[in-house]
Amino acid sequence: MIKVDENGFYGQFGGAYIPEMLYPNIEELRENYESIMESPAFREEFDSLLKDYVGRPTPLFLAKRLSEKYGAKIYLKREDLCHTGAHKINNTVGQIILAKKLNKKRIIAETGAGQHGVATATVCALMGMECTVYMGAVDMERQKPNVERMRILGATVVPANSGSKTLKDATNEAMRQWINNPVDTHYIIGSVVGPHPYPEMVARFQSVISAEMKIQLKEKEGRENPDLVIACVGGGSNAAGAFYHYYNEPSVRLIAVEAAGLGVFSGKSAATTLLGKPGILHGSKTLLMQTEDGQVVEPHSISAGLDYPGIGPVHAHLFESGRGEFVAVEDEHAMQAGIEVSRLEGIIPAIESAHAFSALNQIQYQPTDVIVINLSGRGDKDLDTYIKWGNY
Amino acid sequence: MNRIDELFKQKKERILSIYFTAGFPKLGDTLTIMEAIESAGADIIEIGVPYSDPIADGPTIQESNNQALKNGMTLKLLFEQLKKLREKVSIPVILMGYLNPVVQYGMEAFCKKCKEVGIDGLILPDLPMQQYLSEYKALFDTYDLRNTFLISPQTAEERIRQIDQHTDGFIYMVSSASITGAKKEITPEQVAYFERVKAMKLNNPRLIGFGISDKPSFQTASAHSHGAIIGSAFINVLRESTDLKKDIYEYIQGIIS
Repeated sequence: MIKVDENGFYGQFGGAYIPEMLYPNIEELRENYESIMESPAFREEFDSLLKDYVGRPTPLFLAKRLSEKYGAKIYLKREDLCHTGAHKINNTVGQIILAKKLNKKRIIAETGAGQHGVATATVCALMGMECTVYMGAVDMERQKPNVERMRILGATVVPANSGSKTLKDATNEAMRQWINNPVDTHYIIGSVVGPHPYPEMVARFQSVISAEMKIQLKEKEGRENPDLVIACVGGGSNAAGAFYHYYNEPSVRLIAVEAAGLGVFSGKSAATTLLGKPGILHGSKTLLMQTEDGQVVEPHSISAGLDYPGIGPVHAHLFESGRGEFVAVEDEHAMQAGIEVSRLEGIIPAIESAHAFSALNQIQYQPTDVIVINLSGRGDKDLDTYIKWGNY
Repeated sequence: MNRIDELFKQKKERILSIYFTAGFPKLGDTLTIMEAIESAGADIIEIGVPYSDPIADGPTIQESNNQALKNGMTLKLLFEQLKKLREKVSIPVILMGYLNPVVQYGMEAFCKKCKEVGIDGLILPDLPMQQYLSEYKALFDTYDLRNTFLISPQTAEERIRQIDQHTDGFIYMVSSASITGAKKEITPEQVAYFERVKAMKLNNPRLIGFGISDKPSFQTASAHSHGAIIGSAFINVLRESTDLKKDIYEYIQGIIS
């Protein structure tokens, strides 16, 4: 069984390793998130916003030419069609309603490529909440259009200047600011990382992805369960959402695709399960890329959304328990897959999602298999990277 | 007898604890800094073990952590440097650090080494009480290491009682809702919090840290507790220093005399 225990652990991973200054904030969330999420008023507001604002349910699209090429029945779960262009908004809609119910006045968030920052700035504008997004100074330079999107939406974007000035450091900075503003502020974490209850809470907000997949597959295939679900994993929120309702269906193979960067053992990689050891970062115990001395190592991926030295604790557990199959895809192969999907299906995927497609070249499956690939985001934000790569 | 216990038995007020980051400003400064802190008259030394992701620390200590790591500091090297600790330093010494480097070293090996070199206590801010009790307390006890937990102005009374029950040595009172290094004057709200906790008549002595930087803030904090901890302000002294012994002496004397 894949299930979080009462202390926030999935097997040996998870928990809440936080300084005492954050304990009241985390405790307030832990005590309230389930009852709020399960209340009819919350459900009604959440479902209605997902439908009319986000544009759910997202289609489950039979990719015929891709299916033909790879010799299996391949469906795409079109999270790229969500408002703001990726699955990230499923979580921010949920958390902003939760923050209001907890009477919070301000929102803070971290962002890497800027997708979660944009999704947070979007719901803050919608709800009239003050919004501050922490973003690594290097990422701000790399992802200028998203910085401006957040600013247009009324958010303040604050550069994180510590460490490598990327996602990890933005997360550190957001946690520090939460310590500094414990009472009126809610921290919207963007992935299934952080101290309990964040990983489980974010996974539950994202679980709408697999809930819809079940209904849509039943309509199209006469069965709720596919043979394989494939999703990319950085922190792992889109994968957690796509796997959620299949964790305990052993017939469904769960394929998690990590970023191998320039090669798993090149020193420029983000393949956490292959390179990591159990460790503690950002409040939870998980698999972590680190030195022998326990210092966190800087990851590398061409895709900013997968450029994280850890992995959500639920995925660390999927890896360790053998329930999930983990595949690592190099930058070059992900880019090729992105172009292939563009040419075969007329969809330019986010480079994160392109990693998931590339996994088709690495895994075994049967011609009769039904495969769902979670197309977590669209590639508009990555045009610069596609252009620089240039090989199309 | 554990040196922390001994200190608090003998001294009940104006206790000064000084924090510095191991490996900063130079890799080999550790024992020089410690000797200087002791001869200047401070009561406790906290050695910070540098970490790549110090989430409870402000810019000053983030920077000293980065510099120390760049200089090549590791936990292994630190223990090497501390082999002669007890030939040079007699006051209580505490290791303070984030959990991950300690866990990678191995908690049992770590505790054993601490005892070997003469460390008296530990502060691991991101070690949850529950994990401490279920996994590590027995080890800490075996190696005679005092464990200090933090409290903040937001910590509920019931939680403070619980922390008091499971702390030994002293309680680290974080002076405001803040990361380290924030420098403001101590406000009436902060004093009210110091007094609220004082009135709880806890079992453990209380030291106030975060934002304590000079004589006035040390005196105010000491007036409402057993003493105070200075970190970022001391790191600033080290960073600017051209003569560590002299500058450390003058800074600490300026606070306690």
